[in-house]
Amino acid sequence: MASNAWRSMLSHVVGAAKRPTVCSRSVFSRGLQTVTLIPGDGIGPEISVAVMKIFESAKVPIQWEERNVTAIQGPGGRWMIPPDCKESMDRTLIGLKGPLKTPIAAGHPSMNLLLRKTFDLYANVRPCVSIEGYKTPYTDVDLVTIRENTEGEYSGIEHIIVDGVVQSIKLITEDASRRIAEYAFEYARNNQRNSVTAVHKANIMRMSDGLFLRKCREVAESFKDIKFTEMYLDTVCLNMVQDPTQFDVLVMPNLYGDILSDLCAGLIGGLGVTPSGNIGANGVAIFESVHGTAPDIAGLDMANPTALLLSAVMMLRHMGMHDYGKKIETACFDTIRDKQVLTGDLGGKSKCSEFTEEICRRVRDMD
Amino acid sequence: MAASIAVISMSKIIKPIWGGRLATTAKVLGPTVSSRREKSTVGQIIPPPAKYGGRHTVTLIPGDGIGPELLNHVKELFRFSCVPVDFEVVNVSSATEDDINNAITAIRRNGVALKGNIETLHTLPASHKSRNNLLRTSLDLYANVMHCKSLPGVQTRHNNIDIMIIRENTEGEYSSLEHESVSGVVECLKIITRTNSLRIAEYAFKLAREKGRKRVTAVHKANIMKLGDGLFLQCCREVAAGYPDITFDAMIVDNTTMQLVSKPQQFDVMVMPNLYGNVVSNVCAGLVGGPGLVPGANYGRDYAVFETATRNTGKSIADRNIANPTAMLLASCMMLDHLKLHDYATMIRNAVLTTMNETQLHTADIGGQGTTSEVVQAIMRNIQSKGPLTSEL
Repeated sequence: MASNAWRSMLSHVVGAAKRPTVCSRSVFSRGLQTVTLIPGDGIGPEISVAVMKIFESAKVPIQWEERNVTAIQGPGGRWMIPPDCKESMDRTLIGLKGPLKTPIAAGHPSMNLLLRKTFDLYANVRPCVSIEGYKTPYTDVDLVTIRENTEGEYSGIEHIIVDGVVQSIKLITEDASRRIAEYAFEYARNNQRNSVTAVHKANIMRMSDGLFLRKCREVAESFKDIKFTEMYLDTVCLNMVQDPTQFDVLVMPNLYGDILSDLCAGLIGGLGVTPSGNIGANGVAIFESVHGTAPDIAGLDMANPTALLLSAVMMLRHMGMHDYGKKIETACFDTIRDKQVLTGDLGGKSKCSEFTEEICRRVRDMD
Repeated sequence: MAASIAVISMSKIIKPIWGGRLATTAKVLGPTVSSRREKSTVGQIIPPPAKYGGRHTVTLIPGDGIGPELLNHVKELFRFSCVPVDFEVVNVSSATEDDINNAITAIRRNGVALKGNIETLHTLPASHKSRNNLLRTSLDLYANVMHCKSLPGVQTRHNNIDIMIIRENTEGEYSSLEHESVSGVVECLKIITRTNSLRIAEYAFKLAREKGRKRVTAVHKANIMKLGDGLFLQCCREVAAGYPDITFDAMIVDNTTMQLVSKPQQFDVMVMPNLYGNVVSNVCAGLVGGPGLVPGANYGRDYAVFETATRNTGKSIADRNIANPTAMLLASCMMLDHLKLHDYATMIRNAVLTTMNETQLHTADIGGQGTTSEVVQAIMRNIQSKGPLTSEL
């Protein structure tokens, strides 16, 4: 612990000395930015430690605030996240989260759902970039899926009309559609992407997807520098598995987003290497790894921290620290490309700590 | 007319003696034999009766985009191969409601149809429903069957794919029930019923058994849509209990798509509600080589409609002679099999597959330079050289 304090003090001094690019977030304390870290369950703690180590080697001016997220029952019986976690997030506005376990029949809804509702995380962003060195049948994938995260088919409103007939309601509202469209175009502009494609099924669901499309078209008017196209969901799926290079940024309602973002994750190698970010109203953003908790390898130093690391890189870019992000990302990709030190799921035999150490070494060598 | 199958099928057996006379007898006795059809069980498709001594009449709906040109090629090929099928062409334009009603009546009359996709302009208001969807629901074509198989002559990223997809075709997300309760808030209803779920599950397992398949996977999202997809899953499990020789498992739709792009060989038969069926069938069609290669069939209790599996209108490639005729031709072979004209079906199918795999004459969508007419000509040459002489049939 003492060494940690020493190291963080050192990094804070160094950080103050060479403060990098401007950060639009205003929470600053002596040059360091605070980020809420939620390690999670299973392999969560190990990969969080790995990410912290790598960030230290890169001398990123970030201070971590670790918090726990276990549902507690508040007054009135409503399930909510612990107040200290909420307070931390409200203050720092940026979070990094590991995998969370949702026990079945626990009586409380999934933690991810709770977090989403608490911070109104309306956009789920998943950049899918082919990782050189991790061979999949698809190369040169470079697209981003932006999924509306609050309504759509996952509204959870279901009724049994009569015995044997169930109705599920898909909700599409003007506000949510406009919000997600605006985020998509802004993301495209901030990240130098050329086009945004709205994915829909308006030929069948005329009113609901039609409303979503109309809002996308309206927002597209204010972003003339970005090309806007519309494509049916089935055409996107068909073309995605044949030639994923034709897609750039995709924006869509909840269900299509769920399916397509997992499809794209499958193209680049699965959930173990895919980063993900959730953007909320009021400037909150939580970046997470979307794989499971892997209880069978928890504590065995076998986990692959790539997903959480790439999500952390996404977080750095969101915070404006592009240089650090690039450095860490390059180190990570170089390590994977070299194939000398790889964890089990990537086809190697090394431990998590060895993989982490290799990335740290590369980061330090880059300075 | 529709109900006189029993007598007509008998007429086929004793045709040499009685000639066509039993057909008239059937028309007279028609109504009394009608009860036979109602007793048909799910999965046992009764072929429509042949009119005029051995020739079948099939409704042909050209549709839009590449539909008309591809169906012309089908007609040409059938004429060339002397297939005993006559086409009743019904044009459906997207404008009026009458056209689609005429088409539906024609299909009710003939029992079998071959169609191209009818375009739906989604900028029109919600009162203008998708014509294709209207056709499927009016005729209660509840099962959409698609067989995706890797073709040796086509270069794809994955090999050895052999997946049968059975998709519920009438309800689910495609119920077209939408309303705007408050301005800016739209609700769309997804309906799942026990009857339809049981029906499609039954169809899937029966088909799996018939084709000797070992495993049926139900695709769902019951962790989120607990009641709706939960009901679907429960029905599948109930039906699975009656087929102990077939393994049954379930997979969530997002995991399914992920598995499909990394390891598609693990899937055998898949059954799912409407929207997931749309996604999964398009993914699988893309995996085996594209929309130009896979035929699809829509089966109901009394009717069957054949088309390409991914139902593309193909407006951008229409009338340029570059569309891939394979999907439509294989769909017409499926239709011939349905009409129990197996010899013709096998002949045409072999010719199509030989042209695809051996002569390697490919259209642009699978990386070749051939035109549609060149491919069709090659198929016809193949039939001529390999098929039996017309006098033998």
